[in-house]
Amino acid sequence: MSEQTGEVFLSVRDLKIHFDTDDGLVKSVDGISFDVRRGSTLGIVGESGSGKSVTSLGVMGLHRTARARISGEVHLDGEELIGADPDRVRRLRGSKMAMIFQDPLSAMHPYFTVGAQIVEAYRVHHAVDRRTARKRAVELLDRVGIPQPDRRVDDYPHQFSGGMRQRAMIAMALVNNPELLIADEPTTALDVTVQAQILDLIRDLQKEFGSAVIIITHDLGVVAELADDILVMYAGRCVERGPAEALFTRPRHPYTWGLLGSMPRIDREQTDRLIPVKGSPPSLINVPEGCAFNPRCPYADVPEGGLTRTERPELTPVPGDDGHHSACHLAHEERTRIWTEEIAPKL
Amino acid sequence: MTNPGPPEALLTVEGLVKHFPITKGVLRRQVGAVQAVDGLTFDVRTGETLGVVGESGCGKSTMGRLITRLLEPTAGRIEFEGRDITHLGVSGMRPMRRDVQMIFQDPYSSLNPRHTVGTIVGAPFRLQGIAPEGGVKKEVQGLLELVGLSPEHYNRYPHEFSGGQRQRIGIARALALKPKLVVADEPVSALDVSIQAQVVNLLDDLQDELGLTYVIIAHDLSVIRHVSDRIAVMYLGKLVELTDRTSLYTAPAHPYTKALLSAVPVPDPRRRTQRKRILLNGDVPSPISPPSGCRFRTRCWKSAEVCSEQEPPLLELRTGHQVACHFPE
Ligand SMILES: Nc1ncnc2c1ncn2[C@@H]1O[C@H](COP(=O)(O)OP(=O)(O)OP(=O)(O)O)[C@@H](O)[C@H]1O
Ligand SMILES: Nc1ncnc2c1ncn2[C@@H]1O[C@H](COP(=O)(O)OP(=O)(O)O)[C@@H](O)[C@H]1O
Ligand code: SF4
Ligand code: SF4
Ligand SMILES: [Mg+2]
Ligand SMILES: [Mg+2]
Repeated sequence: MSEQTGEVFLSVRDLKIHFDTDDGLVKSVDGISFDVRRGSTLGIVGESGSGKSVTSLGVMGLHRTARARISGEVHLDGEELIGADPDRVRRLRGSKMAMIFQDPLSAMHPYFTVGAQIVEAYRVHHAVDRRTARKRAVELLDRVGIPQPDRRVDDYPHQFSGGMRQRAMIAMALVNNPELLIADEPTTALDVTVQAQILDLIRDLQKEFGSAVIIITHDLGVVAELADDILVMYAGRCVERGPAEALFTRPRHPYTWGLLGSMPRIDREQTDRLIPVKGSPPSLINVPEGCAFNPRCPYADVPEGGLTRTERPELTPVPGDDGHHSACHLAHEERTRIWTEEIAPKL
Repeated sequence: MTNPGPPEALLTVEGLVKHFPITKGVLRRQVGAVQAVDGLTFDVRTGETLGVVGESGCGKSTMGRLITRLLEPTAGRIEFEGRDITHLGVSGMRPMRRDVQMIFQDPYSSLNPRHTVGTIVGAPFRLQGIAPEGGVKKEVQGLLELVGLSPEHYNRYPHEFSGGQRQRIGIARALALKPKLVVADEPVSALDVSIQAQVVNLLDDLQDELGLTYVIIAHDLSVIRHVSDRIAVMYLGKLVELTDRTSLYTAPAHPYTKALLSAVPVPDPRRRTQRKRILLNGDVPSPISPPSGCRFRTRCWKSAEVCSEQEPPLLELRTGHQVACHFPE
């Protein structure tokens, strides 16, 4: 998808993750496809409840409830994970692929020292003695910027500040040199100055190890900083994806326009009103028929014949824009016109 | 500032301090204090929006709760329309409560789940013993319309509403008594971007329509740039910079403000490579034992000897641009 070519390391095809609940079937992820290459970063953006976390947990094989119905394909370095032996997936997790979460406390045990947890994560995949593993833990804590790592390695998570805990979790995720790193809202709970440190760290580590990275966030600024490619999710589906530069400078989906219009800008003086999207995201039990965005879309009535309310738009290539896809019934020329004449001048 | 604020000041704050005591043992002996807010001097002008930014724990919410008198200050003076309200008791504050209202961050926990929207938005009338012309119900329905909800929502419960709608209910309640000053503590940070924009626009419209004065507290520097006329930057209980929006974002004078602004991710991938970011070392020190002199000195790249010895006062660098630093830019 991007010019930063490495081979495709993760390939997801038509992934569906539905949950049986007492209220009905929740279609959290409803057919999404994407590739991530070695050495490149995919940003997944969307509002809360759009299915970002369910997607990433699905890739990691972490939906273990009997109520989850999972279908589609997830190929990690060519190996199919959907339907694979759970032991095999467990072994890949933490070695070939690793994840960092929004809340480090949920990933770390409060009663064990930070060092003990990193040591444990290392020894699961490496037959080494404790001293060697501990050396590795200190080395990683140092690498992620924990001061006095040989001393802090014996601290408990609660003795770390929020930013330090996030670093420690990154250290733990990296201990086995994963080739795929998924970061789910890794900086949402942090102050901006700390966020800047963590984003820099993720970028440096990726350069160093050439891994494939997925960064999940609701913050368009964060993806603009980090991602080579962007995937926009709405109501469990991908509405638009492509190179970061294309998504920001020539987006071709009304929801992406809505996100950009809603966003106050840090980088320019702006006296005009924001352009919000009306209404709020749908419940994933009752996803609107046709295009899921139609109740909120200002252009829902433009395509001929009410198509928008009956038929789900498929993701199709944007003509003349390599790697850029969007899912909307509006004719491409019409979307190009709306963007250049009506939307872009107001942003 | 030496003079007590220009005549158009609606609220004037001088030397405002809040220390939360830390006690120990059964006798609750005081062993220290959290210096949450430590000597703030500023004013809020009629009709303006004063934005307050700073990182978690720097004292923003404490400041908001002090100026709305939900907290008792440790020291300092607060004047509203020229009247000293620093130590007014519950009954003394009652008439003031009409004029000064607060909107909270969390639209989920700030509304009582067992009360209907009608009861929640109508509560200020009952608490103040005020009977609006035409009755409470009619008034409340008018307020619901004002904030973009339907009057038919009157008998519904908070859990039936989305986050953005709940925040609208909180805003309707705050506006019930036609306040002059509204202090909003992180009014949009719990909301998704598309909903956040709806609420930001609503606050904007209401200000125009009702002539409100706002103090908006937020950690999001993009939101603050959009909504504020003037902006106060806080660090560890102190004001470090206070100026108009344009100066703050285009010519920040305090090293902390510069670092803070440079840390915000810019939503433009083309700018990624050109940006110069100032990375701060370490974390914010504890407000229980803040550094001597300038509180930012442990993370400041310009720190010199004088910075640990003397606290830099908040001084006017240029007209309308106040900075607390020995070596401003
Ligand atoms: N009731 C209290 N007792 C003791 N300490 C308190 C109390 N309320 C606040 N503090 C402390 O005072 C400092 C300032 O807190 P405050 O809530 O004002 O921060 P804030 O700037 O609003 O942060 P945030 O962005 O996280 O909301 C913090 O160190 C906090 O822990
Ligand atoms: N275990 C589960 N059972 C039922 N519904 C779930 C489960 N996990 C997530 N969901 C639902 O799936 C949707 C997508 O959730 P999620 O992926 O967490 O969103 P986000 O994009 O905010 O990360 C939400 O409606 C959520 O309530
Ligand atoms: S398909 Fe129709 S409703 Fe959906 S985004 Fe396109 S125009 Fe809007
Ligand atoms: S007073 Fe000194 S330490 Fe404080 S901000 Fe200015 S230069 Fe930095
Ligand atoms: Mg999530
Ligand atoms: Mg606060």
